[in-house]
Amino acid sequence: MTPFKQLTSTAVPLPIEDVDTDQIIPARFLKATTREGFGENLFRDWRYDKLNQPKPDFVLNNPAYAGDILIAGANFGCGSSREHAAWAIQDYGFRVVVSSYFADIFKGNALNNGLLPVTVSPAVLDEALRTIEQDSGARFTVNLEAQTFTNEVTGTVTEFEIDEYKKTCLLNGYDDIDFLLSQREKIESFERQRLDFSL
Amino acid sequence: MPTLFDKVWDAHVVTSVPGGAQVLYIDRHLIHEVTSPQAFNGLRQRGIPLLRRDRIVATADHNVPTKDQDKPIAEPLSRKQVNMLTENCAEFGVELYGLGHPYQGIVHVIGPELGITRPGITMVCGDSHTSTHGAFGAIAFGIGTSQVEQVMATQCVLMEKPRKMRINIEGELQAGVTAKDLILYVIAQLGTGGGTGHFVEYAGSAIRNLSMEGRMTVCNMSIEMGARGGLIAPDQTTFDYLEGREFSPRGADWDEAVAHWRTLPTDADATFDTEYTYRAEDIPPMITYGTNPGMGMGVTDTIPEASALHGAASMEKAMNYMDLEIGQHMEGMPIDYVFIGSCTNSRIEDLRLAGSLVQGKRVAANVTGIVVPGSQQVAKQAIAEGLDRVFEAAGFEFRGAGCSACLGMNEDKVPAGRYCVSTSNRNFEGRQGPGARTILASPLTAAAAAVAGKIVDVRDI
Repeated sequence: MTPFKQLTSTAVPLPIEDVDTDQIIPARFLKATTREGFGENLFRDWRYDKLNQPKPDFVLNNPAYAGDILIAGANFGCGSSREHAAWAIQDYGFRVVVSSYFADIFKGNALNNGLLPVTVSPAVLDEALRTIEQDSGARFTVNLEAQTFTNEVTGTVTEFEIDEYKKTCLLNGYDDIDFLLSQREKIESFERQRLDFSL
Repeated sequence: MPTLFDKVWDAHVVTSVPGGAQVLYIDRHLIHEVTSPQAFNGLRQRGIPLLRRDRIVATADHNVPTKDQDKPIAEPLSRKQVNMLTENCAEFGVELYGLGHPYQGIVHVIGPELGITRPGITMVCGDSHTSTHGAFGAIAFGIGTSQVEQVMATQCVLMEKPRKMRINIEGELQAGVTAKDLILYVIAQLGTGGGTGHFVEYAGSAIRNLSMEGRMTVCNMSIEMGARGGLIAPDQTTFDYLEGREFSPRGADWDEAVAHWRTLPTDADATFDTEYTYRAEDIPPMITYGTNPGMGMGVTDTIPEASALHGAASMEKAMNYMDLEIGQHMEGMPIDYVFIGSCTNSRIEDLRLAGSLVQGKRVAANVTGIVVPGSQQVAKQAIAEGLDRVFEAAGFEFRGAGCSACLGMNEDKVPAGRYCVSTSNRNFEGRQGPGARTILASPLTAAAAAVAGKIVDVRDI
């Protein structure tokens, strides 16, 4: 996993609530057996029409908007557990998603892949979206060490929460699997001590 | 004092990590063809074996065709993915109930019917509807592929203990109102994010009176309100369902297991972070009007205005997609497709319910109807009871087991612009095929819509 420390970038606005994982990556694109290449089908049915032509009114097709940060409405990533959603967002080139809250499974999947979900208050989210509406070149800074999200236009600095363990993983590029493997003795001892009648 | 959730969770904590996360031991791991290939690849790349291959069961469900299941899969990418599952299971020594096996079926249908699912255990699967198994008093939840790999390698996941919510449904459901209506009603109250960060216990007399099939339907859709999972205290209904199943404990082991399971229900003085109570009598037959499962209403209601749950932009987008209008009645609206199936409503009781309504009737000329049993065992039971003939005589197609038109990964899709009354769990844009318009409903409401050719109130039949 690539470590994440800090970035400053323009952002892509997606001011829609309850963006579900079927929109992020439709089920028909889940037939791949590797983790790569999902970015080209990110938001496929919002991005392209039936003839596979880009829909000009969708934000990813608007040349005014680009950047490493996706800023989206509340409850981003609801729906299925497909990790392909996090892979698609990352493969497309985003490193951070900002929302007022995330669906639990999506959030976990994002963190497990080094895609940083940043949860901010609805007011901070609204301000960020308004800032981009006024200036598509507006820049934002995400500092993981300090746990801050900064709107570089308004100067608003807001702290975001992240689990201490997950923060260490992201800063260093560690996977959970490395940690869990290091717990093998405790796991096997737990197995031996467990009453087995419920299994 | 501990809740059911506390008792099961706390008994599975291997160790805690500074910062709040815990290493949670997983008793049972179900896998399928779509979310497992990258996990097997990861193990291979890292050179790690499975820690406990006897704790994993695999089946092919998401991609499989529901016609000609005895022939090779025609669609090349689906065939490749299903074949890869077969190869991976052979290489790693995992039990596979693949196509053609008498136990094959939707992963959340076969776990319970084989007695793999049981009270007091922890269970995961790379599928969000793993919450289904909570109906037995298990902690069951969906995970991503990275976690599938972690569980394969270590039999554990790393996560923070979710908060606790209890939803009480007291009283008696009206005639014609099912477990599906109950859960669609709750999700319409709380929205798709209302359960985020929580594990939900469903309680109250209306829940206790549900069959295991009904309880599975309720727990299945916990994820649709954003909850990590849902669970219901095990009781005599649970034990009666499990006794004698293929992998259920037997003899003295059974007695010991039941004695343990009886200790699991939430203590009387336990408290929850969040609690809601609803009256069963207030729940009508439900339908959805929009593009997420929280956009639901009573079948005779009119589509509501934008609200705190569904903002103006979301409602406008949903109405455009569905080609419906705020304030519109949907009762009486013509429909094109009816899908009876999915991990929400494809069990034998669901087919009996739908069958009772279509018996001796005909599917309307404007409707294409398919019935997809959840597993080979459900199909076999339905055929033994003559339900296949009831559906076929009415003009439905009766198919082989799989996830089918719930998510359209195989060829069972709803064409763009068409309305499908579906017993599945998600009405997201494009869920049943690009441009498809999904209306979620119970098996009774779906069967009634198939016969009438339009949306009807089953209480009038």
